[in-house]
Amino acid sequence: MSVAFDDTDRAILRVVQTNATLSAGAVGRAVGLSQPATWRRLRRLREAGVLRGRELVFDLEKLGFGVTVFLGVKLATKGRVSLDDFERAVSAIPEVRRVEHVLGRYDYRLRVTARDLADFERVLRRRIMALPGVGEIESNVLLSEERRPGPL
Amino acid sequence: MLYDTDRRILRRWQGDPDLAPSDLAAALDLPAATVTRRIERLREAGILRGVHAVIDWAALGYAVQVSLRIQLDKSAPRAFDAFAAAAREIPEVTEIQTFLGRVDLRLDVIARDMAHWQALYRDRILTLPHIAEIEALMHVATVKTDATLPI
Repeated sequence: MSVAFDDTDRAILRVVQTNATLSAGAVGRAVGLSQPATWRRLRRLREAGVLRGRELVFDLEKLGFGVTVFLGVKLATKGRVSLDDFERAVSAIPEVRRVEHVLGRYDYRLRVTARDLADFERVLRRRIMALPGVGEIESNVLLSEERRPGPL
Repeated sequence: MLYDTDRRILRRWQGDPDLAPSDLAAALDLPAATVTRRIERLREAGILRGVHAVIDWAALGYAVQVSLRIQLDKSAPRAFDAFAAAAREIPEVTEIQTFLGRVDLRLDVIARDMAHWQALYRDRILTLPHIAEIEALMHVATVKTDATLPI
């Protein structure tokens, strides 16, 4: 399962976390390690599944997606509609960019990206409220988002 | 302002963010220098904010992931700022979001196991300033991850 990682591994993760295109040499210089040693550690982190590829981070507003809404969804008819059906249908909506199955007040948490509030309303009414088994929905409009480095 | 070339590059790159500019150039039949220059321009314009590494916390030994939905006591002056500043001091907080809606703020928190979670929750989270109400959603599974944008 979980392999042991040391402080040097964590230092490497801290560097690549926000700058994944750096060469092994550049990462090594940032953490005080040789290029080959850094390369070996990066490979080990990838093989252990700790580093799971890259992600492009955009300024969504500048790309014309002015509204991000988080939805809490409670299924109304558990047992009658399968979770698989709901998950398949919700994942097929392009504006729904993230779907998480959660435990608590809601069953699912959705991240929806839309052009504007009118566009969001269209997605909510025509697509999300029409999903099989959907019950209570709560919408919260994202105002700001700050990613933290986490325990590295 | 996005040009057609930018859109082609971003569409292809979103599908496979591990590609290097030279791979993108080959795939799109563009000169490598053009791709490098376009990417540089997208960064300078702030459209592309960065290329991040995706870290799997579970593989690092953090098995528990909780989304905390928080309502603040807004009668307190600067409640948002004070809360956010204190939340930044907790290393296990991986994301801080603010909202317009029933929920004021949301924290993504990770923990090694339930015992670690309980300790964090009691000693670090519940002691954060100006909390009026707090509700936890425990992460079970990610069904769909950040899908590509229709650029």
